[in-house]
Amino acid sequence: MEQDWIWGLIGGLLIGTGGAVYLLANGRIMGASGILGGLVDGSERHHWRERAAFLVGVLLLPVLLYPLYGTVDTHITQNWTVIIVAGVLVGVGTRFANGCTSGHGVCGISRLSLRGIVSTVFYILAGGLTVAVFRHLLEWI
Amino acid sequence: MRALYAFIAGGLFGSGLFVSGMTDTLKVQGWLDVFGDWDPTLAFVMGGAIIPMAIAWALVSRRRAPLAGGAFPNRPDPQVGRELIIGSSLFGAGWGLAGLCPGPAIASLSYGGAAHWVFVAAMLAGMIVAPRLRSELDRRVARD
Repeated sequence: MEQDWIWGLIGGLLIGTGGAVYLLANGRIMGASGILGGLVDGSERHHWRERAAFLVGVLLLPVLLYPLYGTVDTHITQNWTVIIVAGVLVGVGTRFANGCTSGHGVCGISRLSLRGIVSTVFYILAGGLTVAVFRHLLEWI
Repeated sequence: MRALYAFIAGGLFGSGLFVSGMTDTLKVQGWLDVFGDWDPTLAFVMGGAIIPMAIAWALVSRRRAPLAGGAFPNRPDPQVGRELIIGSSLFGAGWGLAGLCPGPAIASLSYGGAAHWVFVAAMLAGMIVAPRLRSELDRRVARD
């Protein structure tokens, strides 16, 4: 669709505004993997309430917006092996790196953090390579 | 109040992921697919998100403390270590394979179907074992 980039930009501005609120109001960096990871591995129990509230917001707003769209297809693969391997890689990788697309990407790059920039370069390179190999060479995805 | 602010931030984040199309795994893989039919959307999302966030960082330097109290995050650690490189690469591989990263994986749970729940379960399992893998890796590197 031709308007995809406009919606991308609008969505991006909303995402960045969310990050700005989290930073200016709560003094915290909006990183999805950190917020989630700190809850499940028990390393950051003291902030569990705001973490949970954040995640409820992430989950709930699409529920409210969904009726406006009627149907949204996420086109996810139905290959369970790929889904499980990908999920584990994302879980382990983001905790090793201490951040993902939101923490290192959005919040890190916007403050010119070296770690954020280096991380983003590596996950984009690895993602690009993975798509090249698994889509074009092996044709699995 | 902290929880309310966090809910608002999460709501903005979730709406942004939803309207931008970032919960569509084909759009994400399409952006990573430089050898195929390249989809530029993700670059607009990233660019759009960085604008308000950069303004927020500029405001941080002028304010003494966050609205809800506490302190602002410290200056970023400039150290790029082994774990950052390994972790980012593993994450990128998973991101490319499924077309999902942690934020969109949560945002799409209500409408993505069973595959998204399985992905999130696998991701949480990975997050839970990560600290143990990390100390194992540290131990081996220290021994070598």
